[in-house]
Amino acid sequence: MNDQPRKPRSAAHEIERYGALFAQRTRVMKSSAMRDLMALTARDDVISFSGGLPDTSTFAPGFFTELMGRVASESMARALQYGPTEGMTDVREVIAEVMEAEGMTVDPDAILPTSGGQQALDLVCKILIDPGDVIVAEAPTYPGAVPTFCSYEADVVQVPMDRDGMRIDDLREALAQLDREGRRPKFIYTIPNFHNPAGVTLSLERRRELLAIAGERELLVLEDNPYGLLRYEGEQIPTLYSLDPDFVLYAGTFSKILSPGVRIGWLVAPPPVLRQLVLGKGSADLCSSSVSQYFIAEYFRSGPWMNYVRSLSELYRRRRDVMLDAMAEHFPREASWTHPEGGLFLWATLPDYIDTTDLLARAIEERVAFVPGRAAFVDGRGGSSMRLNFSGVGEDEIREGIRRLGEVIREQVALYGTLTGQSLGERDTPAAGPAGPAADPTPHHDNVHHLKHKRAG
Amino acid sequence: MSRVAVLKGGRSLERQVSLNSGARVEESLRRLGHEVIELDVGHDLVDRLVADRPDVAFVVLHGRDGEDGTVQELLEVLGIPYTGSRVSACIRASDKVLAKHAMRDAGIPTPDFFAFSETAFRSLGAAQALPAMSSSLHFPIVVKPARQGSALGIKFARSAGDVPTALIAAFSYDTKVLLERYVAGRELAVSVLQENGATRALPIVEAVPEQDAFYDFESRYEIGRTRFICPAELDDGVAARVQELALAAFELLGCSVFARVDLMLDVETHEPYVLEVNPIPGLTETSLLPQAADAAGIGFDDLIARIVAAAA
Repeated sequence: MNDQPRKPRSAAHEIERYGALFAQRTRVMKSSAMRDLMALTARDDVISFSGGLPDTSTFAPGFFTELMGRVASESMARALQYGPTEGMTDVREVIAEVMEAEGMTVDPDAILPTSGGQQALDLVCKILIDPGDVIVAEAPTYPGAVPTFCSYEADVVQVPMDRDGMRIDDLREALAQLDREGRRPKFIYTIPNFHNPAGVTLSLERRRELLAIAGERELLVLEDNPYGLLRYEGEQIPTLYSLDPDFVLYAGTFSKILSPGVRIGWLVAPPPVLRQLVLGKGSADLCSSSVSQYFIAEYFRSGPWMNYVRSLSELYRRRRDVMLDAMAEHFPREASWTHPEGGLFLWATLPDYIDTTDLLARAIEERVAFVPGRAAFVDGRGGSSMRLNFSGVGEDEIREGIRRLGEVIREQVALYGTLTGQSLGERDTPAAGPAGPAADPTPHHDNVHHLKHKRAG
Repeated sequence: MSRVAVLKGGRSLERQVSLNSGARVEESLRRLGHEVIELDVGHDLVDRLVADRPDVAFVVLHGRDGEDGTVQELLEVLGIPYTGSRVSACIRASDKVLAKHAMRDAGIPTPDFFAFSETAFRSLGAAQALPAMSSSLHFPIVVKPARQGSALGIKFARSAGDVPTALIAAFSYDTKVLLERYVAGRELAVSVLQENGATRALPIVEAVPEQDAFYDFESRYEIGRTRFICPAELDDGVAARVQELALAAFELLGCSVFARVDLMLDVETHEPYVLEVNPIPGLTETSLLPQAADAAGIGFDDLIARIVAAAA
C-alpha cells in the first residue's frame, strides 16, 4: 500500500536527528514547566487571571455582521488579496487618528501596520539585534517580550521600577556600567502607560529624563503603548513620541481598543529605520492580513470609535475596582500590590519565601490562575510576584477568584509561620497590605544598584 | 485487531507531557492496525468508556489520578483490560514515601529520608524536629512532594534556612512531603520490561544535564537541554548491580509489564541508590523508556505492540 504512513525512526534516532538541526537561538527560547502549568490555566473550570484578554464579548454581533457585510459587498476581491507590505493607506490614516487621540501628530507615511503589537517587537529586534547585543528593559518587563528578546539572543539588562515607572537613577547606573564594559545598548524598551505587568505609569518628569538620556547618547527608545487610551483615573500624560519623536520607535495596537483577533498593530519610526522595518516585515509575512485591514478601515469609517473605547474603559475600571477591593479583603497583609490607573494588569508581590510558580500549581487545584512573576524577568527574579489580569473576567468571578487565591496565599503564609516558629502576630513584617499606588513593582530584596544583566534565556 | 482507548491528558500537572506521549502512542497503534479511541480524561471518562467499549485501555496518564491507581481501579470496575501495572502497584510506586519505606524494609538501597504530612507541621509541631532531621540527613537536602511524578516542586535546601521555603514549595503540590539525603552523582534510569513471565532490565540510560547542576523539570522534557547516553558507560559490575536493583524494586512494588526505575550512582562510593519507580513513564520523543528499548533493538511500535499484548 502506497498510502501507508511512513514508519518512524526510533525515538533515540529522532532526538539526534532533529536536535542537531535546531538553531542555536532555540536553546535560549523560554519553554518550560511554566508553560505546562499555563496550559492548565485554560481549563474551563479555572478562573484565570493569567490572560491579557480584552473582553471581546462586548462588541455587538450585529455591528460586526454589518461591517463585514460592507467589506464583502464593496471590497471583497481586494480584501481576499495580498496587500502592500507598508499597509493600506486607509489603515495608516486610521492609525494616525488613533494616535491623535493621545495627542500625537504623525504623518501616515511614517506608520507601518504590523501583524499585532508582537510583530512590532519582533521586527525591531530583527533589524537592530545581533546575538549578544544589549536591550535595556524594565524589571519586570512584558512577559511576551521575553521570548522575543531571547529568540534574537539579546543580552537583556532589566532596570528596576517604582510607582513612577522605570527608575532613571538606576537606568543611568546601568548605562554607566555598560559604558565601563565598553558596550552600548541598541534600544531601551519601555511600556510607559499602565505597565504590563507592573501596573505603574512612567511620570512626566521621568519621561523627559528618559528622552534626554536617549538624545544625549543617541539611543533608541521603543515605546510600547497598547493601553494608553484605557485610563480609568488621573490625567493623561504625554507619550514619549509626542514629547520628542527623534529617538523614539513607537509601537501601538488595535488589540485593546478594538480586537486582538484582527492581529493589527503598528510601528512609527524615523524614515531610515522605517525602511529597514518594511524590509524586515516583507521577509516575515509580506503583508498583514488584508481582511483585517479592510475590517478596521470600515470600523473607523462607521462612527465615533472612542465611544467603544470609553465603554471598555468603564467596564475595566469597575473590574479593576472589584479586584482591588477583593484583594484588600482576602490577601494577607504580607502581600503588596500596585494600583493601576489604567490598562489590564496589576502586579502583586508576596513574601519572598513563597515561590509563585509553585503557588500556581496549588492555585490551579483551587481553580484559579495567574502569571508567575518569573515570566517577566530574563534572570530568574520575580519569583515571589504575580501578574493579575482584571479585564477578561467578570466581576463575580473576580471576587470568587481572588477569594480562592487569598486563601491559598494565607495558607502558605501560615505554614511558613508554623515552620519557622513565628506566629503571625509576632512576625516582624511591615503591614504592606493594600499598598495603593505606593507599592513598588520590584521586589525589595533586589539590590537596585547592582546591575543585573544576563543573556536572555 | 483491537479497539484501543488511549487514556491521556487529564487534570494532573503533567497533562502536557501526557498529551505528547498519548499522541505518539496513538500514531503507533494506528500503524499497528488498531482502531484508536482518543480519550482526554475528564468528567465523562466512565460514560465514554461505557459507550465506546474498548477492548483495551492504554493508559498514558502521568501524575495524580492517572498513575496512582485511580483510573486503574475504574478500569477494573468496568472490566476493561488495561496496560501496565495493577492498582496496588500504582498506589505503592506513585507515592514516593510508601515506595521508599518498602525499599528500605526490603534492603534495597534508597537515600535516607524523612516524610511528613502538612498536618504534622500544622498540628503536631513537626517544625521543632527540623533541626534534628537536618543534622541526621546532612545538607544539601532534597525536598520533594510525595506524589508528583515529574520534577515539579523538587527543591534543594543547601542550609537550614532554605528548608521552610523548600517545604512550602513542595506542599504546593501535595499534602505529604519527603526530605531526602542528596546523593551527588550520576543520574541513571533503568526501564524494565516484562514478557511471558520473564522480567528484564533494558540498557541503562544516563541523563547528563547540559547546563544546570540539577536535573530539573524543564531539561527533563526538552530536546537539547539534557544529553542522554544509552547504554550508559559503566563498569560491567556496576551496570549489573544497577540493573539488579532496578529489577528488585520493580518486583518489590509489584509492577507489571513496564516501568522505569530512577537511580543515583554515588560519585564517591559508586553505590547505586533507587530514587523512585515510575509505573507509567513518559513515551514522548525525549522519554527514556523508548530510548532504552531502542538500544535493546525494540523499536517504538514493537514496544507499544508488546505493551498492548500484555494488557490484562
